[in-house]
Amino acid sequence: MTRHALTADRTATRARGRLEAVLRRGDFALTAETSPPDAGAPAPVLARGGCLKGLADAVNVTDGAGARAHMSALAAAALLARDGIEPVLQFTMRDRNRLALQGDILGAAALGIPNILCLHGDDVATGDQPEAKPVYDIDSRELMRTARRMRDEGTFPSGRPIEPRPALFIGAADRPTDPKPGWKPDALLAKIDAGADFVQTQYCFDMDLLRRYLARLADHGVLERLFVIVGIGPIASAKSARWMNENLFGVQIPEEIVRRLDGARDQQAEGRRICVELLQELSEIDGVGGAHLMAPRQEEAIAEVIADSGLLSRRSAA
Amino acid sequence: MGMYAVRLWSVRHSRLLESFYQGFERIIVRLDPLWKRIGYERLEQPVAAVERQVKGLLFDCQMCGQCALSSTGMSCPMNCPKNLRNGPCGGVRANGHCEVKPEMKCVWVKAWEGSQQMLEGKAILDVQKPVDNTLKGHSSWLRVAREKAGARAQPEGRAS
Amino acid sequence: MIVDPLYDPGDPLPPLPGHSSRGRLERVLRSGKFAVTAELNPPDSADPREVFERALVLSEVCDAINATDASGANTHMSSVGICSLLTRAGYAVIMQISCRDRNRIAIQGDVLGAAAMGVSNILCLTGDGVQAGDQPGAKPVFDLDSTSLLETIRTMRDEKRFLSGRKITVPPAVLLGAAANPFAPPYDYRPIHLGKKVAAGAQFIQTQYCYDIPLLERFMARVRDLDLHKKCFILVGVGPLASAKTARWMRTNVPGVHIPDQVIARLEGAQKQKLEGKNLCIELIQQIREIEGVAGVHVMAYRQEELVSDVISASGIMKNRQPRPQARRPAKERIA
Repeated sequence: MTRHALTADRTATRARGRLEAVLRRGDFALTAETSPPDAGAPAPVLARGGCLKGLADAVNVTDGAGARAHMSALAAAALLARDGIEPVLQFTMRDRNRLALQGDILGAAALGIPNILCLHGDDVATGDQPEAKPVYDIDSRELMRTARRMRDEGTFPSGRPIEPRPALFIGAADRPTDPKPGWKPDALLAKIDAGADFVQTQYCFDMDLLRRYLARLADHGVLERLFVIVGIGPIASAKSARWMNENLFGVQIPEEIVRRLDGARDQQAEGRRICVELLQELSEIDGVGGAHLMAPRQEEAIAEVIADSGLLSRRSAA
Repeated sequence: MGMYAVRLWSVRHSRLLESFYQGFERIIVRLDPLWKRIGYERLEQPVAAVERQVKGLLFDCQMCGQCALSSTGMSCPMNCPKNLRNGPCGGVRANGHCEVKPEMKCVWVKAWEGSQQMLEGKAILDVQKPVDNTLKGHSSWLRVAREKAGARAQPEGRAS
Repeated sequence: MIVDPLYDPGDPLPPLPGHSSRGRLERVLRSGKFAVTAELNPPDSADPREVFERALVLSEVCDAINATDASGANTHMSSVGICSLLTRAGYAVIMQISCRDRNRIAIQGDVLGAAAMGVSNILCLTGDGVQAGDQPGAKPVFDLDSTSLLETIRTMRDEKRFLSGRKITVPPAVLLGAAANPFAPPYDYRPIHLGKKVAAGAQFIQTQYCYDIPLLERFMARVRDLDLHKKCFILVGVGPLASAKTARWMRTNVPGVHIPDQVIARLEGAQKQKLEGKNLCIELIQQIREIEGVAGVHVMAYRQEELVSDVISASGIMKNRQPRPQARRPAKERIA
């Protein structure tokens, strides 16, 4: 049985990245996240993200996360790609206007980066340079429309041709919510209309909530048009679980997980164990395309969780 | 076009405006204790409103909140379509007009003219820091009063 | 055979004391040789081979290749993207950064990214107005200006910190460049403006196209009065004009380009205008070379890398200087 009705490729002629291939095959995809270092050298990029090689199908590279300057996502992604790690290049709308974004998309394609994720971006006020000018020339949907046009029509928005066209797998962000009666996934449908091929969600540790959410997405035909990759991660301690509940918008870690962490002798190890279990559970849920593993500055822990989950060995032959 | 004509007048009379502002600044800095008693925060809105009116009329002020007019020949650099605060771009037209708005004289061509009449015109050589966008809409006068009064008070405080 | 160490095919090179960068351009400039840089026209393509093909033509006749950043406000492959490709193949590049399209968070990130890719030279530009391009509705950013951009990168390099003060573990080892336009008003302010950019960190300068030697000479005289030619390396921009018609078009449509009437008349009077344009460019290079304080030329021509190569070869400025061996072509799997 295929996990998705999405196996028909709309643009079958272009080269596919590993992430797209895994998803279209119907295998459970595993993505991870790394943040670029504060250095003008390649080694620190690989020192952080290198451990994910061969484990994650693709690694997200954050773009000025927390509205703080770090090495540019494009450069860090190019370094990962050169080392055989497939990136998902994140773009926020905060720091670049449409000219810069389009130029970077083309550069990314030439550098062998097949996946992009279009985000709004944290407010400059939350970072360490609140005096910077927020750009927001276009919004993330407009960037998806632009990227799709560059890929499918081979033109810039001005109509100027691009030859050859960039091969892109276009992503957006999403946040699972407990659907109230009558709630419709309007935002998600708008993202699909704008060009989203996949979404990666905010952390979701509540599998019951997720099932209710996915059921509603299925009701509205979302799952036939979009791969949903669910955000998850190894929680370092009960304390950080509580911190996440209070500070990360839309994140609700169930009380039983917090209690389990609290009761563990080695909370970090327990956090990883919980994550492995949730991964396995996720892989059994219909409509879930894969998992997106996030843990700021803990790429090693993510690598360990993927290896321990045994999900890679369960895959159908490529 | 009326506003634009006043703006050009201000650059032509940069020396006069410079002397006036120097006197004005001395007064507002000296009145720092009064401002403190009323409360700078309470003054912010009304003073910014007055400043917007006065400087808007004279300079087409954009209320960046970090006024550089004394270093730019009384020609407001925020009226440059590229917001350049350190000198003209390379696109200035042969007739001295702006690359982006051809009907307007380059702000920096005017700045250079204005600064040459001023006593402290060489301030145009100072490298200006990037704009702090959080100050937008705030009063530059109050900021100067608070900062200069603070700077004066500090060495005395240390001595006593 | 002894290979001139200046032409080591790999860039970056081992660090040298007193140098800001590990690039070949800085070595050439500091050695007092007449430097040659050339501009690469960025492709509208997702194929890295197009970048390499264009770069290969230029690399044989110049010390470093400029990668433009959506010049004329027309978007092409981004300069970080081009530089990431070129540095992998060992080309010496000058990455252009304009203030038009990115705020300070993005720019500081791109600087670190560029350094990590092996970029040794960065040229700080204001950027043409968005009205000049084919997406005039784009929002102009201009969070920094070219001078504060220079100071920002110098701070990152020399003080190992971002503008916010946060520490940088490995600072970007780059030679900092700026643009100058001696051919646009206010003429008497232009040398002073150059001084301001030097004070903010500019170590080399690339100028706008020069078609007016007397105007350049007046500018350079003032630059020498201010001693600025000893504080930065000045490379004068030149380029072959294809015809009188092109010259007129450029003069009207490209911001900041000044072409005197005599130049257009000369092209118009010629039987083969393209050849005349090429000869004119060669003559300009030779005249510019004689001006005291000029450290090199920067050759530009829209989508005509072959012509640029011809002009440089014919001008004789690279004579007695072994052209750099062909850059290593990167293995296919490394770029794919």
